[in-house]
Amino acid sequence: MSHSELASAPAPPSIWHMYRAMVGVGVFCGLLIVSVFQVTLPVIERNKAEALQEAIFHVLPNASTSTSYYLDEADGFKLLEGDGVGEQLVYAGYDDAQQLVGLAVEAQGMGYQDVIALIYGYSFTEQAIIGIQVLESKETPGLGDKIETDADFLENFKRLDVSVRGDGSALANSVVPVKHGEKTKAWEVDGITGATISSVAIANLLDRSAQYWVPRIRRNLSDFQGEE
Amino acid sequence: MAPSKSSTDEFIKGLWNENPVFVQVLGMCPVLAVSNTAMNALAMGLATAFVLIMSNIVVSSLRSFIPKQVRIATYILIIATFVTVVDYVIQAVSLDLYKALGAFISLIVVNCLILGRAEAFASKNTVARSTMDGLGMGIGFAFALFCLGAVREILGNGSLFGAPLFHDSFQNWVVMILPSGGFFTLAGWLLLFNWLKQRKAKKEATATLGLRKEVA
Amino acid sequence: MVDDSLWTIFINASLVNNFVLAYFLGICPFLGVSSKLETASRMGGAVTFVMLVSSICAFGIQALLVAIDAPYLKLIAFIAVIASTVQLVEMFIKKVSPALFRSLGIFLPLITTNCAILGLALFQTNKGYNFVQCIVYALGAGAGFTLALVLMAGLREKLELAEVPDVTKGTAMALMIAGLLSVTFMGFGGLGG
Repeated sequence: MSHSELASAPAPPSIWHMYRAMVGVGVFCGLLIVSVFQVTLPVIERNKAEALQEAIFHVLPNASTSTSYYLDEADGFKLLEGDGVGEQLVYAGYDDAQQLVGLAVEAQGMGYQDVIALIYGYSFTEQAIIGIQVLESKETPGLGDKIETDADFLENFKRLDVSVRGDGSALANSVVPVKHGEKTKAWEVDGITGATISSVAIANLLDRSAQYWVPRIRRNLSDFQGEE
Repeated sequence: MAPSKSSTDEFIKGLWNENPVFVQVLGMCPVLAVSNTAMNALAMGLATAFVLIMSNIVVSSLRSFIPKQVRIATYILIIATFVTVVDYVIQAVSLDLYKALGAFISLIVVNCLILGRAEAFASKNTVARSTMDGLGMGIGFAFALFCLGAVREILGNGSLFGAPLFHDSFQNWVVMILPSGGFFTLAGWLLLFNWLKQRKAKKEATATLGLRKEVA
Repeated sequence: MVDDSLWTIFINASLVNNFVLAYFLGICPFLGVSSKLETASRMGGAVTFVMLVSSICAFGIQALLVAIDAPYLKLIAFIAVIASTVQLVEMFIKKVSPALFRSLGIFLPLITTNCAILGLALFQTNKGYNFVQCIVYALGAGAGFTLALVLMAGLREKLELAEVPDVTKGTAMALMIAGLLSVTFMGFGGLGG
């Protein structure tokens, strides 16, 4: 069809040819992209949900099921219905007896190299952070990335005190980083020698996040008690 | 390009003689950033190879359909489409791999290698030859990336594909995993290639001299 | 949503995570243009400008794509915008300063395939920066790119006259210098954190 036209024509191709080519290719590409997208979407969503569940159960040790809640500034925490895009989410963990174990909250902040994203588990009964898991980190391998593997450092987060003041409006004591070996209080984070900045970053981002979430969570405790 | 080249020739040239990374020094951007482990490097290389082969096939089949004026725009559209496809496929297959490679998968679209092959080869050759060309260049590219990634992982982490190779007392050469290590490793490989080329050129020069002497 | 301070974003983009020396973006022009100091600084300026414009457009496109729920069109849309921006910048420079246009030559259209610009658009989308953060990020990235380019050009100009082994001539030498520069920039780690 077009083969002979182009072969015999030194004259520039008509606008029609250019238009036809671009639109034709465009339609083909569009169809390809959309079909691949539709096919892979359920798989991707499932993978993401599984990864999140794993992280939640890691930071809330006795939990076996979880439900997602989003924060409505006026009414407190509501059960999540849709996909939660753009909402601030927390995840409630329940054990086999359907008792509330705690809440898992995501947080992020600037580390040494780039942003660190983690999830931590908060226990109501102990008023403390009972576990963390680093989700994303680009810290220096062998040095900063010890925040993920150093056993002593992770000990900090088995029971990191984040109890609130009497009136419940803020934390009684901020989470503060201290030099390795100098930890005396339950709200201090013992750093890692050689990875000072990364460990300080973790302490600071936990502090920021806890200062924001813990008072709100405690104020609306009853929102989490009933499960659907 | 002699028209008498067989399809296998097109395939082989991409592996060694015209290896895109080591000889043509093309498509370097994604090469260095994600080559810090052998697995990442190989995955990236294969993803690029896939896009290269597919785009070569499509561009070659449509070569008489696309007018010269809009060819670059259409090539980029085709390449971007396949890159988007690869992006979603990797996300679905392995979330971990996707997190490691991140935005660099999407950056395959500006890899000069793919656009270069489409323009220089696929638009002027049959589908069969273009496929072979894409296959050869793609595998050559993946192979080069693998070399980079393997060296960086072995020296920087003491492992290959995550399996530890050395005794515990091996001191990791951390700089290898860092960006600078990427530059140094690529420089090292290029040095090796240059040296091999020079040696070959010298041999051929002395051989021709020898022949001339005999003839004279 | 990220609440980094603007200063942190700028320092991070220009020094700590320099686009060329840490992310390996923009290597082609980095190795190709960096042999003369003057062209290097001009290229840096042009790239910074295109980065700024592309960053703003990318922000707008991302918002639009989210609104119409078509995230898979992101890559194509970004590329199209970057290509058009470069075209416009080219026409603009040609009109305003023909001398500058001539001195930049082939490098101007080459900015389109500059991974750094697309990388910028993709990174800022992934990080979820708001409008002001995007602008600061683009300026930081451009500044860092220009800095790396200028440093490289200065070093290479000096090396032209030095005696180096034949085997290392050309790209291999440039890469080794880049590696050393990259190590140097690592010293900025933790700055502005």
